Amino acid sequence: MRNGEITKVSGPLVVAKGMTGSKMYDVVRVSDERLVGEIVGLAGDLASIQVYEDTSGIGPGEPVYMTDEPLFVELGPGLIESIFDGIQRPLDIIKESTGDYITRGIEVPALARKKKWHFKPTVKAGAEVGPGDIIGEVQETKLVLHKILVPPGIKGKIKDIKEGDFLVTDVICTLADDKEKHDLTMMHRWPVRVPRDYKERLAPSLTLSTGQRVIDTFFPIAKGGTACCPGPFGSGKTVIQHQLAKWADAEIIVYIGCGERGNEMTDVLLEFPELKDPRSGEPLMKRTVLIANTSNMPVAAREASVYTGITIAEYFRDMGYSVAVMADSTSRWAEAMREISGRLEEMPGEEGYPAYLAARVSSFYERAGRVKTLGKPEREGALSVVGAVSPPGGDLSDPVVQATLRVVKVFWSLEDKLAYQRHFPAISWLNSYSLYIDDIADDVNKMTAKDFTELSREAMKLLEQEAELQEIVRLIGVDALSPEDRLILEGARSLREDFLHQNAFHEIDTYASLVKQYRMLSVCMFHYNKAREALKRGVAFDDIVKMDIRNKIARMRYLEESKLDTIDAIKDELTADFDRMIKGETENTEPETARDKVTEGHGGKK
Amino acid sequence: MIKEYSSISNVAGPLLLVEGVSGAKYEELVEIYTGTGDKKRGRVLEVDKDRALVQIFEGSTGIDVQNCRVRFLGKTLNIGVSDDMLGRVFDGLGRPKDNGPAIIPEAMLDVNGAPINPTARDYPNEFIQTGISSVDGINTLVRGQKLPIFSGSGLPHNRVAAQIVRQAKVLGKEEEFAVVFGAMGITFEEANFFIQDFTKSGALERVVLFLNLADDPAIERISTPRVAFTVAEYLAFTKGLHILVVLSDMTNYAEALREISAARKEIPGRRGYPGYLYTDLASIYERSGRIKGKKGSITLIPILSMPEDDKTHPIPDLTGYITEGQIILSRGLYRKKVSPPVDVQQSLSRLKDKGIGKGKTREDHADLFNQLIACYARGKEAAELAVILGEAALSDMDKIYLKFSQEYEERYISQGEYEDRTIEQTLDLGWELLRMVPRGEMKRVRDAYLKKYYDARPARKASITG
Repeated sequence: MRNGEITKVSGPLVVAKGMTGSKMYDVVRVSDERLVGEIVGLAGDLASIQVYEDTSGIGPGEPVYMTDEPLFVELGPGLIESIFDGIQRPLDIIKESTGDYITRGIEVPALARKKKWHFKPTVKAGAEVGPGDIIGEVQETKLVLHKILVPPGIKGKIKDIKEGDFLVTDVICTLADDKEKHDLTMMHRWPVRVPRDYKERLAPSLTLSTGQRVIDTFFPIAKGGTACCPGPFGSGKTVIQHQLAKWADAEIIVYIGCGERGNEMTDVLLEFPELKDPRSGEPLMKRTVLIANTSNMPVAAREASVYTGITIAEYFRDMGYSVAVMADSTSRWAEAMREISGRLEEMPGEEGYPAYLAARVSSFYERAGRVKTLGKPEREGALSVVGAVSPPGGDLSDPVVQATLRVVKVFWSLEDKLAYQRHFPAISWLNSYSLYIDDIADDVNKMTAKDFTELSREAMKLLEQEAELQEIVRLIGVDALSPEDRLILEGARSLREDFLHQNAFHEIDTYASLVKQYRMLSVCMFHYNKAREALKRGVAFDDIVKMDIRNKIARMRYLEESKLDTIDAIKDELTADFDRMIKGETENTEPETARDKVTEGHGGKK
Repeated sequence: MIKEYSSISNVAGPLLLVEGVSGAKYEELVEIYTGTGDKKRGRVLEVDKDRALVQIFEGSTGIDVQNCRVRFLGKTLNIGVSDDMLGRVFDGLGRPKDNGPAIIPEAMLDVNGAPINPTARDYPNEFIQTGISSVDGINTLVRGQKLPIFSGSGLPHNRVAAQIVRQAKVLGKEEEFAVVFGAMGITFEEANFFIQDFTKSGALERVVLFLNLADDPAIERISTPRVAFTVAEYLAFTKGLHILVVLSDMTNYAEALREISAARKEIPGRRGYPGYLYTDLASIYERSGRIKGKKGSITLIPILSMPEDDKTHPIPDLTGYITEGQIILSRGLYRKKVSPPVDVQQSLSRLKDKGIGKGKTREDHADLFNQLIACYARGKEAAELAVILGEAALSDMDKIYLKFSQEYEERYISQGEYEDRTIEQTLDLGWELLRMVPRGEMKRVRDAYLKKYYDARPARKASITG
């Protein structure tokens, strides 16, 4: 193995000489501790190397070993239920070998080498196969049927393929083309910085339901879509990411904890095996891959972690699955870029971030999408990406937020003002947007009812009216409003409190199916429309506000998915109540003023 | 092999450039002998070919280019640890400061520590009763959490921290907390306040103090929290103690870091702080927590003063992104004589959800605090309206909420400095206050709890007077 020699060490950046022949983004091993590094700059025979491990105690004169390979991930059975660090080293295995703390220079293969998987071929000997073709299956977990694909760039006629229990490194199939013979294993490798090929990009048209009312009803994301949720600390970014990882209607979840808290990853590790997937009843962990590079782990590996995560996600997409990637938080990734860029003494762009920040961010999100994959049989896969952004002070003019907003199609704006009122999810309904609403309207309406999209528009209009009225109220007080306008405020408040607010820690409220969302929303709007009608027909505003049935509306969220019919029953009750009130009103012969007094009397009594 | 050089070529601020060095390592520990025979310590920040850039902990006073000698010790900054350190006072680098005997180390540990493997962590979920309602009831602290106090000059953050240290206990368990206190750039008076308080409560023999006071070398502060955590880790994970680490004041720490960054002519991030401030703070804060199979734990309470009470200033901002919540003290409340002036709306404990509820505090806790905050928020909105329009312009419901929020501040948030409320008292007080608001407004509470706690007045008297 060829090697160079270190001339400079500055934090995670090492410069070595005698590196002629190495290429950009080649992986190297630094010093005899064999720390993993990646070449990020070349000048003459000098190479700048970002090191993925702590560099204390390293100095000039020590060797740098070249591997002549870029940074790879291993793809094959064993990914699901694993927790990896930023460069795909399995943290649970590391713990067994080195204890509670992560030390340096650990070399462990990403996929367990000793575990046997039962491989079942789906093609026979003699078949012609090419890149991306499915040649067999492994039941990896109860939820995931791992399809074994012919690796990119390989094709030929199958000479031999066998069923049985194999290690990921065992040969399960041999191919031969005109020139050479290929031995296929269940595992192959892929460089993380190169997007995996597909046949064709498709436009997003299916909804990725998340069980979160404000998201699915007002700001939905499509399968294969991109979304971001910027917000200051304490606004609930991580809770939203966890909620999506738990309840999103995807077959595979890749959760990237990039530069965030260690305890959050522990939370996922402890909670996901306990939680049941609402569709299959199996533990959620059985469809999840975790990438953990916590804030105190080396900064350069944070930069790699998002690429490691998305490459694994692409691999599952290529099997024809719908995959969702959660990246929490992309700001830490950008900061890692900034730190390395600073040490390379590059000319900074905005806020010290490198000038290529926006290009890196957009090329990352562009790896999402719904595609027709390579290979036979024909299949579609989707890769959706949701990135959290943590702008300093919640300031949306932050370069990372701006670079992200330029590429993503869904924006969930998290506001601390809502969080202070404990309105969670603290997604602002006024500032957020989704550009997928029209694309997926057909799909959503098919799953719920014809008028779902229409209904959500109507509800949004009510919320916008409320915001306008609030400004007036702030100036002249609520008494100055007409009863109609006050009813708008009440209707919007009911939407906010009874529909938008959702408690992630309540066993039932944490997830609402699209059907439940539709029914709840339609009751809220039904109530508002009935009330407006009643008001027109003379019923007093105060009487409407005091209706007991509002209690039932407020408690719809706690109804189990199996008891949704009771929600519709509320409508009948509402109709009856309003009819009674309207009837009472028309029979009422008392003069206007006297009646007002009576209502006031009611108001005082409790 | 230890090498000595007298080839200093450049001194700038706390930094020293030594030339012609061979074999220097990144982060290596260095001793500097001045012409007058003083010994200073430093560490290598960067090595470039034969040049080593050294950061001097004690500052560069007395260093010259001609007579100084620099020794490279071939190891990184280590500290000898032992459980005899309890009850002792050290300087910011871990050298005894109380004229007591030297510590006989049971182990030598690298002060930089190593990251805890996320799979080895155990989730913090044991409720710590601090006896302060606004913490226990709303922003519950759990064992292994990192919960900073965001304060401003003139606010009683030290008193709040001292009260937490004094009263903190885990219910049903007898183990007491041992305290590791790291003082960075605070005044003698502030440090003395803590020492007096520890003495008064008899806790001093369970405290390890690291003092880097305002007149001590600023650069030494960079190491103080790391030294403190190294001792805390040893006591917690080797000796099985439950440790409460109090660091005050992180703002001074970050300023020392900025000083070095400026001397190195690095490209500054926001407000001149280095771009790696987040990573650097994380490497300190993240050392707290629990580890599976280990008896001890480290709970961290860093105190930081926000310049101009600005929460978006880089230090509180980045801290908030790393810690699991924050307790924010409010000047507005303090002026209203509400003490401790905890801003319950902006404060947050991220780990409370796993630390409260049945078997930990009480089944109704989660619903109750959600409802209390929601009501308080509405009351505060009403108060804002009342300022503009006058109280008379408020609707009946808003008036109720306004009254509620006032009572809430006076009776729930406000409490005596030596008043130790049990969690039961805190929760019952919450219900007592909620009964001011009509039942139909209790949208955040489950029916069963409303029946049990809102409707049925408990036999015992829940009200507490200071």
